[in-house]
Amino acid sequence: MTPDLLEEGTKRREAYLARQASALTVGESGGQAASFGRVVSSTGEVDTAHGGILYVDDITVSFDGFRALNKLTLNIAVGELRCIIGPNGAGKTTMMDVITGKTKPDSGRAFFGSNIDLLRLRESEIAGRGIGRKFQKPTVFEQLSVFENLELALKMDRRVRASLMHKLTSADSDRIAEMLKLIHLKDSGSRTAGDLSHGQKQWLEIGMLLMQDPKLLLLDEPVAGMTDEETERTAELFLSLEGTHSLVVVEHDMKFIGELVNGGQREKKKIVTVLHEGSVLAEGALADVQANERVVEVYLGR
Amino acid sequence: MNTSIMSSTVNQSTATLLGTRARMALAAVIAILVLVIPIFNLVVPADSVFHLSDYAVSLLGKIMCYAICALAMDLIWGYTGILSLGHGLFFALGGYAMGMYLMRQIGREGVYKSDLPDFMVFLDWKEVPWHWLGSQSFVVQMFLVVAVPGVLAFVFGYFAFRSRIKGVYFSIITQALTYASMLLFFRNETGFGGNNGFTDFKRLLGIPTATSSMRVTLCVLTGLILVVFYVMSKAIIASKYGRVLQAIRDAESRVLFTGYNTLWYKLSIWTLSAMMCGVAGALYVPQVGIINPGEMSPAASIEIAIWTAVGGRATLIGPIVGAFFVNGAKSWFTVTFPEYWLYFLGAMFIAVTLFLPQGIVGLVRKLSAKYANPTKRGAP
Repeated sequence: MTPDLLEEGTKRREAYLARQASALTVGESGGQAASFGRVVSSTGEVDTAHGGILYVDDITVSFDGFRALNKLTLNIAVGELRCIIGPNGAGKTTMMDVITGKTKPDSGRAFFGSNIDLLRLRESEIAGRGIGRKFQKPTVFEQLSVFENLELALKMDRRVRASLMHKLTSADSDRIAEMLKLIHLKDSGSRTAGDLSHGQKQWLEIGMLLMQDPKLLLLDEPVAGMTDEETERTAELFLSLEGTHSLVVVEHDMKFIGELVNGGQREKKKIVTVLHEGSVLAEGALADVQANERVVEVYLGR
Repeated sequence: MNTSIMSSTVNQSTATLLGTRARMALAAVIAILVLVIPIFNLVVPADSVFHLSDYAVSLLGKIMCYAICALAMDLIWGYTGILSLGHGLFFALGGYAMGMYLMRQIGREGVYKSDLPDFMVFLDWKEVPWHWLGSQSFVVQMFLVVAVPGVLAFVFGYFAFRSRIKGVYFSIITQALTYASMLLFFRNETGFGGNNGFTDFKRLLGIPTATSSMRVTLCVLTGLILVVFYVMSKAIIASKYGRVLQAIRDAESRVLFTGYNTLWYKLSIWTLSAMMCGVAGALYVPQVGIINPGEMSPAASIEIAIWTAVGGRATLIGPIVGAFFVNGAKSWFTVTFPEYWLYFLGAMFIAVTLFLPQGIVGLVRKLSAKYANPTKRGAP
């Protein structure tokens, strides 16, 4: 240990104790360094008693001086289906990177429920707590069969020894069979995932997310490359998940957004968020957002 | 629910490890190892055409050591997608651990008639350095054969994988690691005989090494260990753990976001692979009779990757075939056209990369599928 490291550690410890003493742990913001001082939930279960599943607060991320996210604040309620739109480079993917632990922000806070500090956890831990993520480009295990892809995503002990000893139970096979049916791949269980069409890969990836039984799903352009029929089926699937799961859908396809917003549980007014240059440009009902002058300006470049 | 597909895929993953044919092939290999080789070398008289020469026995033993390395390489490269260009280091470390014991077995029969190995007398050392303290004990050195490569691989792998070093960067670092070790072992002060390494072995466990029966024993032992490692690798790949490794190769980010901490998966297979190479090195040294830092040269490590690629990655049997094919060709070429061997090796590697991405085994599978299914000609 070098003296400056020791010194820094002492400072951090003092700051932490001072915060504890003042009993005012809320309100401070900070990035990776600051999050070491926070208390992590001991149970590990997400606490959604306050009605929120995701709190992204004042997050800033810069890459070489370019601000990919600029004081982004976003709250998602339990069971909500939130659509996020925005032009290219608005920070949609970076936002998902921060939530899933791939990118550590320069400042800000991100909480899963009211108790799990996402900035303290690794990708695999965040996934284990119940956040599933679908990538923009369909990412499946190309050399494995469709069945094996889903098997790996089954919710179970993820440690090395458990995987070595693992035996598939009949209940597990049944779950996988149900999922194969749900994602319209029931005759393709033994096919190599790499041989699937683009749309089928998207479905498989969604199926893998659902196998993990996540509480929050982050879906990055889930219908890219799908046929109209596949897109429609995807919208149906997401609408059926609404309520039991919370979903964040990033999408360019306005028709698909329209289907999501106007379908399903109509009594709930669904919110659409528009991102631009790393922060929220507009938020509200789809019609209001579409009528918003600034949104039109950003999209049409006027 | 489509039950036929379900049951077939489930059977695939939980079925017995080896089919009937594979079990029979394995039994045949074991029979050749424990019966045919000893009988044809030791019992059949030397003037008979069926006599297996001592040269052939030691060549076979040597190539089987290489095959173990290629198998280890397949686990880490073929299945996990991590190309190591430093596996020769683990091989050499296992060899050195065995060599230290063999050096002490020489006893007072060395050139200088001392209890110390000759090179230490030459350097005017009065007693063995600290890392030689256990070298009189066979048990201690056999422990070091797996422990030294294992610990080095674990520590190196932990930092490399934790820092998310991947792809070509990882390969280059492993190459640098083996090169740096080679320079270290070249130095006399390191205490491993400098650039001469260890040689002139006399005995192993008190039994003279320069006899036909010892040669055959070591050759058969190497073959049996190769078989054990093969079956073990087969079991690893057939488990869910093995499928996670392949998933890491195909899409590591997906594995991470599915909740697997890939660090421990990569680290465990990497360490196991290194330990297998250490065992191969330990079997190699008494059969070849020499170990020197040349085994740590970057080229030696690259060769292991070539055997694996030529035989066929991610097939387990392929790398073994590749080790036999390339080294068989090498022993023929270096006698017939010694100056052209490296050109041939290079050309073979390029040809395999361009035309046979699945290696020899891939070619055989393709051809057999073609002949089994003549209507589907040209289908992959």
